Amino acid sequence: MSTAELPKRHYLNANYNVWSWLLTTDHKRIAILYMISLTFFFFVGGVAAILFRLELMTPQGDLVISETYNRLFTLHGVVMVFFFLIPSIPAVLGNFLLPMMIGARDLAFPKLNLLSWYLFMAGGLLAIAAIIGGGVDTGWTFYTPYSTTYANSQVMAMALGIFVAGFSSILTGLNFIVTTHTMRAPGMTWFRMPLFVWGQYATSIIFVLGTPVLAITLALIALERGLGIGIFDPRLGGDPLLFQHLFWFYSHPAVYIMVLPTMAVISEIVPCFARKRIFGYRFVAFSSVAIAVLSFLVWGHHMFVSGQSLYAGLVFSFFSMLVAVPSAIKVFNWTATLYKGSISLDTPMLYALGFIGLFTIGGLTGVFLATTAIDVHVHDTYFIVAHFHYIMVGGAVMGYLGGIHFWWPKMTGRMYPEMWGRVSAVIIFIGFNLTFFPQFILGYLGMPRRYHVYAEEFQVLNVMSSAGASILGFGYLIPLVYLLWSLKYGRIAGPNPWGAKGLEWMTPSPPPTFNFDETPIVTEEAYAYPPLSDEPLPDDFLSDVPVADEQREPLRS
Amino acid sequence: MSTANTHVAHHYDDAEQQFDAARLGMWIFLATEVMFFGGMFTGYTTCRFMYPAAFAEGSSHMQLLAGTLNTAVLLLSSLTMALAVRSVQVNRPAVAVRLLMVTLVLGFVFLGIKGYEYATKFAEHHVPGAAFSLGEAHNPAVNPQHVELFFAFYFLLTGFHALHMLIGVTIVAIVAVQTWRGQFSSAYFTPLEITGLYWHFVDIVWVFLFPLLYLIH
Repeated sequence: MSTAELPKRHYLNANYNVWSWLLTTDHKRIAILYMISLTFFFFVGGVAAILFRLELMTPQGDLVISETYNRLFTLHGVVMVFFFLIPSIPAVLGNFLLPMMIGARDLAFPKLNLLSWYLFMAGGLLAIAAIIGGGVDTGWTFYTPYSTTYANSQVMAMALGIFVAGFSSILTGLNFIVTTHTMRAPGMTWFRMPLFVWGQYATSIIFVLGTPVLAITLALIALERGLGIGIFDPRLGGDPLLFQHLFWFYSHPAVYIMVLPTMAVISEIVPCFARKRIFGYRFVAFSSVAIAVLSFLVWGHHMFVSGQSLYAGLVFSFFSMLVAVPSAIKVFNWTATLYKGSISLDTPMLYALGFIGLFTIGGLTGVFLATTAIDVHVHDTYFIVAHFHYIMVGGAVMGYLGGIHFWWPKMTGRMYPEMWGRVSAVIIFIGFNLTFFPQFILGYLGMPRRYHVYAEEFQVLNVMSSAGASILGFGYLIPLVYLLWSLKYGRIAGPNPWGAKGLEWMTPSPPPTFNFDETPIVTEEAYAYPPLSDEPLPDDFLSDVPVADEQREPLRS
Repeated sequence: MSTANTHVAHHYDDAEQQFDAARLGMWIFLATEVMFFGGMFTGYTTCRFMYPAAFAEGSSHMQLLAGTLNTAVLLLSSLTMALAVRSVQVNRPAVAVRLLMVTLVLGFVFLGIKGYEYATKFAEHHVPGAAFSLGEAHNPAVNPQHVELFFAFYFLLTGFHALHMLIGVTIVAIVAVQTWRGQFSSAYFTPLEITGLYWHFVDIVWVFLFPLLYLIH
């Protein structure tokens, strides 16, 4: 290993001063800016979660009063949803990888990409200001008329923050769609694109079509609060349910904004660590698009008990169950990819396998909830909380961490310590399940969400959940430490430490500013892993840089 | 005179790719705009469905002449905009500048008429809020609060439309100056093309607003 060196010139050392970062139009640097910002928001949201899990250790309200509790879970929800989960994979991994994966020098609109980060930060600062100014107590859902008329908290500032940050999503989605359409390298046909790109593309459709509706909804909340125009106010003849329809029209697809990019990451990791071509490429690709389309037809399943018409409920129930089909197609295809694969359990693969299991639980409980009769029973209980955390944390965060580990050598040129990676992946998996599985039972037994005082018989399960949360929180700190450590002390990775396929692995790590010295020409399908018998895994393929060089050949013309 | 190649940014292969990207980007942006206005149209439709008589009453207080005039003005401005793009495509930038000036003037005429309408609404206390008063109702059976809701949608929809018009005239003014300086020719006219797309979009939004607010009684 002593001979391995980082490339002399790459995107990280091209320029060192602060402005070269703050005014960069390099998609890779913008991805790094996003990664730093999102890590900050992740820990802000995490601290709030730790605080209310502490409160929930006992049935009485002894740590915080209910007012503070409301603000804590709202802070957790708003920050995690709008300032971590929604941008997470697209803005960090998507920004970094999408142009490289299709063989482009940058996204189609580099300046818009930078603008999107500034909009995100402006929205984030407004949100932070709202938090410092006392926080918001409406829940992340901002239901009217509470949010417009009665809430005595910083609803305006928070709504404005999310409004502004929404435009960063729109710009990212717009950029990805245009880039995918117009910037592909010669030979990179649609069905040769890595499934990661398909996933980002499907996500971008939701960004572009969903986010503007959230923007106008939040603008209406602000106008209602400020000027009392009455659209959501029943006293003036307005309709509070209209708010719920508009809100969930975006916020249900937002769940797929979180999970589609994760699935995109999993579709890269699984073939690489099973050393097999993905099973059913086209099915996986089109199931992303199918999920994106169906996501716009299911919002009413959040409103089964709102008094919407029975027939609307039935239609929404039907479409919600239909989403299970493309989701299951993905799970089955990943499983089929694993079948007879030569599987190695490196950290990214541990996260990917964790994702598949947890997403399956989250998805299946979603089918329970799409059934109107069960939903009426468990609506607004911890069953819901557990269900969506299995999708958002068990799904999206696991995928994000898996992706960060998988592409860390590409982003930084250095390996993270593999042993610590595996340990923390296992700790996070255990901590996650201990936190959220008891919540399924709590919810099924009838414990409602969003209360800090609860009946005594729920205490054991709540203590289990809080204990799990502390393990989970600890698990998240470990990667933060060793990833930072690896920036200086990590082993030099070489261009392709995993022996993975894909254009991003053909360029040095870290890549040069314009990604490729010459535009690559693509001549074969994605995931062209050789047949199993031909190439057994090298004993220590992590350090085997020459193998990686060999594998550059078939993709180059 | 600029040539095509000087406008190609480093990450594009050629001018055609850059033009395609810019045009597709604008179309996708317009899709987001459709969804943005779509949220408001949904709200309008819901409330109109609940209170048809009150909305008809509100509609009868609109200044039909001003609205009709504005529709004509905007449609005409879309024509001049389209002709301006065409003129640059056939390398007649001087004509394009004049057409863009006409577009600009028509845009301001629209905003002027809109401002006059707003002023009248203020004078008649038709602005939602504490000072709202319906005055003499054509249909005494309607609840004035529901008519107030109609006016809330009127100001919301036309207000956001007027905001888009303000942004539109600013951009048209900029591309007019750029055209006058000879920056565009048949080889390169991307900013003009996408400004045109935006202008037509704002025009089309009005084509929906006009019947919804002024014509349906």
